[in-house]
Amino acid sequence: MIWHSVLFTLFAAIACGFAMAVVFTSNVVRMAFYLVISLSATSGLFFLAGADFVGAMQLMIYVGGTLVLLIFGVMLTAQQRFVQMRPSRSEVLLAGLLGAALLVLLASAAVGVPTWRGSGPKAAALDEPPLTATPIALGLLGFRVDGDPDDGQNRAGYLLPFEIISVHLLVVLVGAAYLARTRLTAGSLAQQPPGGFEQDAAEDRIAEVEAIAADSPGTEGPPT
Amino acid sequence: MILASLVTEPVGVAHYLIVGAVLFIAGIVCMATKRNLLGVLMGVELVLNGANVNFIAIGSPYLRGDAASVGLDGQLMALFVIVLAAAEAAVALAIALNFYNTVHTIDVDAADQLRG
Amino acid sequence: MAPTINWALDLLVGWVGLSIPPDAAVGYVLAALVQVGMILNLAAVGGLVFIWLERKIAGRIQDRLGPTRVGGRFGWLQTVADGLKLLTKEDLMPTSADSLLFRVAPYIGVAASVAAFVALPFAGGPHPFVVQRLDIAVFFVLAVLGLEVFSIILAGYSSASKWSLFGAMREAAQVVSYEVPLGLCAVVPVMLAGSMDLVTVGDVQRGGFWNWHVLNDPFTLIVFCVYFTCATASVNRAPFDLAEAESELVGGFHTEYSGMRWSFFFLAEYSSMLLVSLLAAILFLGAWHGPVPLGMNGEGWLGSVVGLGVANYLGNLLGLACLMTKGVFLVIIMMWVRWSMPRLRIDQVMTTCLKYCTPLAAVCFLGATAWQAAFPAGLLWRPPTPGLVEISEQKTSPGGAAARSQGREPLEAIGYALPPLRGFSTEAPQ
Repeated sequence: MIWHSVLFTLFAAIACGFAMAVVFTSNVVRMAFYLVISLSATSGLFFLAGADFVGAMQLMIYVGGTLVLLIFGVMLTAQQRFVQMRPSRSEVLLAGLLGAALLVLLASAAVGVPTWRGSGPKAAALDEPPLTATPIALGLLGFRVDGDPDDGQNRAGYLLPFEIISVHLLVVLVGAAYLARTRLTAGSLAQQPPGGFEQDAAEDRIAEVEAIAADSPGTEGPPT
Repeated sequence: MILASLVTEPVGVAHYLIVGAVLFIAGIVCMATKRNLLGVLMGVELVLNGANVNFIAIGSPYLRGDAASVGLDGQLMALFVIVLAAAEAAVALAIALNFYNTVHTIDVDAADQLRG
Repeated sequence: MAPTINWALDLLVGWVGLSIPPDAAVGYVLAALVQVGMILNLAAVGGLVFIWLERKIAGRIQDRLGPTRVGGRFGWLQTVADGLKLLTKEDLMPTSADSLLFRVAPYIGVAASVAAFVALPFAGGPHPFVVQRLDIAVFFVLAVLGLEVFSIILAGYSSASKWSLFGAMREAAQVVSYEVPLGLCAVVPVMLAGSMDLVTVGDVQRGGFWNWHVLNDPFTLIVFCVYFTCATASVNRAPFDLAEAESELVGGFHTEYSGMRWSFFFLAEYSSMLLVSLLAAILFLGAWHGPVPLGMNGEGWLGSVVGLGVANYLGNLLGLACLMTKGVFLVIIMMWVRWSMPRLRIDQVMTTCLKYCTPLAAVCFLGATAWQAAFPAGLLWRPPTPGLVEISEQKTSPGGAAARSQGREPLEAIGYALPPLRGFSTEAPQ
C-alpha cells in the first residue's frame, strides 16, 4: 500500500464527487458549497503533486473567489423563487450524453500514453517536502533555477507575462468596479419596480462591490 | 480489482489527467445545463480548475521524473490560470450584477433582448 | 517522528520474535495521531482556559469579580461546568433551515482553525517543534484561516433567519475589507526574513529583543499594529464582532444554534484567536526567542553542561514557553480591547480596513523595503542565523554555478538574499 496513492485516491474522489454534486444540485448556495469542497480537495491534489505554492494559492484565491460567488448567490437569490431553477429534462439528458462521451474520449487519451502511467520509485520517494516558493518567485522575476543549462534546456523566465498579467489584473479590477458602479449611479434607482431592492440595499451593494474589487489586488503579487 | 490497484500502485500523470477530465466535463455540463447565471460561472471555475490539474500533473517532478517533466513551467502556468480566473470572476460578477439590475432575475434564459 | 516510533515498536515486539521495519505504516499512523491529538488538545484546552480568562478579565475591567464559585475561589472549573451544560442542551434546528448546511457549518470553522496549526512551529532551531514544516507556511496559515469565514456565512444563510443572514452579510463585507491589509502586513516580515518558512522567519530574529521584527525599523512597528488590528477583525472579536452583534442582531450568525453546535463556533473563535496571536508573535515578536539570548538551541552554557541533543530539546521547551507567553499575552490584549472599546458600525469597519489600514500597510511595506535596502545588516548587533549563513557561504546559490559556467552573472547580482534551495543542484555541472 502506497500512502501517496491512498491520499491521491481520497482527494481525487472528493474533488470529482463534489464536482459532480455541483452539476446535479439546483440550489445555488449548495452548489457554491460543493464547489468550495471540490476546489479545496484539488488543492490537496496539488500538494500531493509537489506544487505546494500553487496549492496554497488555490486555497487563498480560488476558494476565496468562490466565497464571493457564494455571497452573490445569497444576495441575488435570497428570494425563494430563485433558489431552485431547473433546466428542462431533455437539455440535461443531452448535456449528460455529450459529457459522458467527451469524458470517455479524454480518459482513453490520458491512459493511452505509456509514459504517463505511474512510475514506481519516483512516486515513492516523497519524504522531503518540495521547495517551490523561491524557484517560482525567481521564475516570475525572469530567472529559472530548474532545468540544466548544459543540455540546451535553459528555460525562459516569466518576467514579461508577470508584468502583463499584473497590468491586466489592474485594468480588469478598474473595469469591474466601473461596470458595477455605473449602473447603480447613472441607472434608475428611483424607477425600481416594486419589489426591487431599496436605496440602502443598493448602497450596501456598492460597498460590497468596491470591497471585492479592492480585495483582489492581493492576488496579484505572490508574496515570496 | 481496479479499486485495489488504486491504493497499491504508484500514481502517475494519467491519474491526474483523469481527475482533470472529470472536473472539466463537470464544468462543461454545469455551464450547459444551469439556468442560474452564478451556476454558469461555477461551471467556468470548474473548467479552469480541471486545466490547472493537468498543468500541475505534467509539471510535477514526482509523477514523471525530473527529465520528462516540464519543470516549473507547469506550476507557473497554473498560477497564471488562477490569477486570470480571479480576474474573470471579477468581470463576470460585475456583468451578473448589471444583468440582475436590468432584468431583475438571474435566469440566463431571460437574456434574449438582442434577438432580432 | 515516525521512524523513531517504529524503532521503539521494533524493540518492543522484538521480545516476541517479530520485527517492524523503519518505514512501517503503523509508525506513520501513530505519529499522525499523536500530532493531531496534541493540536486538538491545544485548541480545546486553550478554549477552556481562554473562556475562563475572558470572564475573569471582563469582570475585573467592569469592577466585579467574574466567576468565583465553581471549582474554588477563582472559578477555575466554570468553563467545564458550562461545557457540561451545553452538552445536555437540546439540539434545535429551525424547520425552514437548510439542514445539511446548518449541520455542517460549525464543523467547517473548527476544522479550518485547527488545520492551520499544522504549519505553525512552536519552537525553532535545527529541530523545530512543528507538525509539517512547510516552505510556504505563512501563506498556508493565512489561506486556511481564511476558510473559517465559510462557517459563519453558511451558518448565517442556512439558519433561514433574518438576524442570521444580516450577520453573514456583515461578515462577508468585513472579510473582503480586512484580508487585504492582513496579507500586506504579513508580507513585511516575510520580506525581512527572505523566506515564507515560519521556522526561518522566527530564527532570523534571534539574539535579543532589538532584533525582533517589530523593532527592526519604525515602519514595522506600525505594520505590527495594523496586523494586530486586522487579525482582531479576522477572528471576529470586538470591536469588530459585527457578525454576532448581540445588542442589535440577537446573536447574529449563531442566533439559531444551541448546545454543542453553538459551542463549536466558540471553540473555533478562541483557537483562531490563539492562532493569529501566535502568528503575530512569530512574525513580529521574536517567535520563540527570549528578549535576551537564553542559550537556546544547544548553544552557550547549556549545551556544554548536558550535551547538545538534550540541550536542543530543553532549548525547544524554553522556546515553546516563550512563544506561548507572547501568544497568550496578545490574546489578553485582545480581551482587554474587547471589554474597553465600543463596537464599530459596518461602514466604519470597512473605512478602517480599506481607507486607513490598507494604505498604511502599503506605505509601511515600501518604507520597510527602503530601510532594508539602506541598512541590510540592521542597526544593532545581530548574531548569524544558521539558515542564512548557508546562503552567504554558498555564494551563488541556486543555479549560480550553472550561470557562472555560462559566463553570466550569478543570481546574487540581483541583490536578494536567497534561502538555500533543497533539491536543486548548487554544484557546477561537470
